[in-house]
Amino acid sequence: MNVTLNAWWLQRMSAMVLTLCVAVHLATMIWVVHGGLRAADVIARLHGNLAWGAFYAVFVIAASVHVPVGLRRIADEWLNWRDAWAGRASVIIGTALALAGLRAVYALVAGTPA
Amino acid sequence: MSKRHRAVMPGRKLDFRARNHPAWWAFLVHRVSGLALAFFLPAHFWALGTALHGAAPFDSFLAVTRAPGFVFAEWGLVTLLAAHLIGGVRVLLIEFRPWSGLRKDLIAATAGGAFVIGMAFALSLTL
Repeated sequence: MNVTLNAWWLQRMSAMVLTLCVAVHLATMIWVVHGGLRAADVIARLHGNLAWGAFYAVFVIAASVHVPVGLRRIADEWLNWRDAWAGRASVIIGTALALAGLRAVYALVAGTPA
Repeated sequence: MSKRHRAVMPGRKLDFRARNHPAWWAFLVHRVSGLALAFFLPAHFWALGTALHGAAPFDSFLAVTRAPGFVFAEWGLVTLLAAHLIGGVRVLLIEFRPWSGLRKDLIAATAGGAFVIGMAFALSLTL
């Protein structure tokens, strides 16, 4: 499969997953900031909760696929950066985002309890 | 022709007339919001990662985010996220559904929806 087409397809598939994740995330944010955001409340909501853990893990993976493709298009169109290193950089960014995001999910779901 | 201008026809340049229409502004909002969110994500993940060592370090970070500048930036990011979501749904509908055209109704929905979600977030904030 053509690499560009592959990236295009990955970005659209991840976008479809993100549509649901972001809608839930926006609703959750509006809900939890009411009354002030406290760490203990966030950890109490998420600690040991595998359903939220799975949701955020899927969210992180979808975002880690989606973001590098978009950044690579911007690098191509606005910075004229389109050599092999542009592709490698986008893979590195995606991997780093996935690791940092999954670490955050782990911290909230399985870290020190509140 | 240099590599820099590969997409431009010889002797022709895209000026503002090619850009000053709703679909171009929709493209720009989608791109700029995506870029802003991409830069925000590492900071977001780092901040949430502080919870690895319990509520205290996480709370000391949250205390910093209660500064007015942070709250304003947060509201901006929520609005941009909503715009990227609804604008993205517009792109998916154009690409995957048998709908053609620029779908200016969906551009209006993006602007209106992002405004409403941003305001809902702002009104929900307890300062």
